[in-house]
Amino acid sequence: MQFGIFTVSDVTTDPTDDTTPTEGERIKALVTIARKAEEVGLDVFALGEHHNPPFVSSSPTTMLGYIAAQTTELILSTSTTLITTNDPVKIAEDYAMLQHLADGRVDVMMGRGNTGPVYPWFGKDIRDGIPLALENYALLHRLWREEFVDWQGQYRTPLQGFQSTPRPLDGVPPFVWHGSIRSPEIAEQAAFYGDGFFANNIFWPKEHYMRLVSYYRQRFEHYGHGTAAQAIVGLGGQAFMRTKSQDAVAEFRPYFDNAPVYGHGPSMEDFTAQTPLTVGSPQEVIDKYAGMREHFGDYQRQLFLMDHAGLPLKTVLEQLDILGEEVVPVLRKEFAANRPADVPDGPTHAALVAQSERVEAAETATTVTA
Amino acid sequence: MTARTLAVIAAGLSQPSSTRLLADRLTEATLRALDGVDVDVTVVELRDVAQDVTNNLLTGFPSPKLDTAIQAVTSADGLIAVTPIFTTSYSGLFKSFVDVLDPQSLTGMPVLLGATGGTERHSLAIDYAMRPLFTYLHANPVPTGVYAASSDWGTEAGLTDRIERAASELAALVRASERSQSIRDPFALPEGFSPVGGFGAQ
Repeated sequence: MQFGIFTVSDVTTDPTDDTTPTEGERIKALVTIARKAEEVGLDVFALGEHHNPPFVSSSPTTMLGYIAAQTTELILSTSTTLITTNDPVKIAEDYAMLQHLADGRVDVMMGRGNTGPVYPWFGKDIRDGIPLALENYALLHRLWREEFVDWQGQYRTPLQGFQSTPRPLDGVPPFVWHGSIRSPEIAEQAAFYGDGFFANNIFWPKEHYMRLVSYYRQRFEHYGHGTAAQAIVGLGGQAFMRTKSQDAVAEFRPYFDNAPVYGHGPSMEDFTAQTPLTVGSPQEVIDKYAGMREHFGDYQRQLFLMDHAGLPLKTVLEQLDILGEEVVPVLRKEFAANRPADVPDGPTHAALVAQSERVEAAETATTVTA
Repeated sequence: MTARTLAVIAAGLSQPSSTRLLADRLTEATLRALDGVDVDVTVVELRDVAQDVTNNLLTGFPSPKLDTAIQAVTSADGLIAVTPIFTTSYSGLFKSFVDVLDPQSLTGMPVLLGATGGTERHSLAIDYAMRPLFTYLHANPVPTGVYAASSDWGTEAGLTDRIERAASELAALVRASERSQSIRDPFALPEGFSPVGGFGAQ
C-alpha cells in the first residue's frame, strides 16, 4: 500500500490575510512540499497539469524532473496528465525521459481535463474528449512497447516506422493509472489494458466512486488480468488536522468557506458528512480512511490533497508532518492487517521489472518445451 | 394493472402558495382520470430543497435529501410541473432544479405544464418558456398547459375545464408509461465502443 499527496497547483488567495503567493513562490513551494513528502516518509507525490490560471503546473515533467534530482525514494506521478490535448508521442517521450532521470521512480495518471477552452487552445474539440482519450492512450501504449510503430488514427498525423526515444527504462514502461470521475469508457479502457484506475474520491460522496471502482474491478477480471480483488485501485482523499478536533475545524473553516471548488455552498459540516473530506484530529482521519477498504476493497494507493485553497506553505508542511508521523504509520498497519496475500502491492518500477522477467522466463521455458 | 408513480414539482416560494394550490388541483384531477390505477404520488416543494439545489449547482452533487427528490421525479411515470411566472418566465428556482437533473433523465417523461401568475397576460409563458425547456429534454409535454392567474381563482369554471382536460391528457400517457419499471444501466457503453479507440486506430 502506497501513501502520498496530490496537488492541483492552484495559486489561491489566503482568505485569512488576503495574501496571494506569486507564481514563482507557488512553484518553489510545490518543490518544498514534494521534498517534505519524502522527508516524512510518504511514497508518492503527484502533480496535476493545467493550462490556465490560477494553476501553475503547465509543464509537469519539468517540475517532476527537478524534484527527482532532489529526492531519492519518492515516486513521482501525475494527477492528471492530459491524454486528450497532449500529443501521445510527446507524452511517450517526456515520461520515458523522466523515468530514466528518476531511476524508475515515475508513473503516470491519465485524465481528460475539465476545462472546456483547453481543448480548442490545443486544436481539439471537447466533444471528442472520450474518443481522444481512448485513441491517444492506445497509441501511447504501443509507443512504449513496440520499437517501431506504424499507426493511423483519427486525431493525429499518421506514423510510419516511428521509434519514440528514449526507450522505457529496462524495457518496462511507466505504470499507468486512468483517472475518471464518471466515465465507464475510461474504466473500461483501464481494465482492458490491466492498468490502474484512480478515483479522485474528493468533492463528491464516496458512493459515486464506489460504483465506478466496482465496475472497473469486474471488467479487470473479465479481461483476464486477475481477479476483481487484484485490480489496481488508487483513491484520493482530503484532510485537515490538528491535535484537537475543534482547532482543526476553526482553522480550516475560512479556507473551506472560500475554496474554489465548494466554497460558498454547503456548510463544512454537511460537506464532511457527505464526502471523504475529514477535518479534525489525526485519529478521525485514521478512522475515516482506514474504513475506505471496506467500501472499495483492498487497494494500492491513497493520495491526499493537502495544499489547496490558499493554505500557507507553513501550514501545509505542518499538515504533512502530522500525516507522515501520526496518520500514515497507523494506516499502514491497518491496511496490512488481514490483507489477502494475493492482492498486489502498489506498483513500483522494481516490481514491474521483476514481473517482466518472470514473463520472459516463462515464455523462454515454453519455447524450449515446445 | 401495475402501480404507476406520479411526481409533482411545485416551485412556489410562499407557503401556502397558489402554485401548490394549482399543483394539488392538477394532481387530484389526474388521479380521478386514472381511476382504477394504483398511483403513488410524490410532491416536491422546491422551497424545501432550495439550498440543496444551490449547493448542487456549486459542488456538482446532490445532498441525500435532494437526491431523494431527484430520484422520485426522474423515475416517475408522469410529472406535473408547476412554477410561478417571474419576470416573463419560469422562476429561477424552478430552472435551477431542472439544471441539476441529468439532461437524459426526463427522456420520454409525460409532463403536465402548469404556471401561476398575478395577471393572465403571462399565460403564454407556458408555451414559449416551459414547453421548449421540456422539449429540449426530450420529455413529452401534453398539449394543454394550465395557467392560473389570480383572477382565475374567482372564476372557477374556465380553470376547472382546463385542469380536467390537461389531467385527462396526462393520465392517458401515465397509464401507458413503463418508465417507473425500466432499469437504466449507468455503465452502458456507447454502441461501437472499443477500448483501443473507436476509429480503426492501430
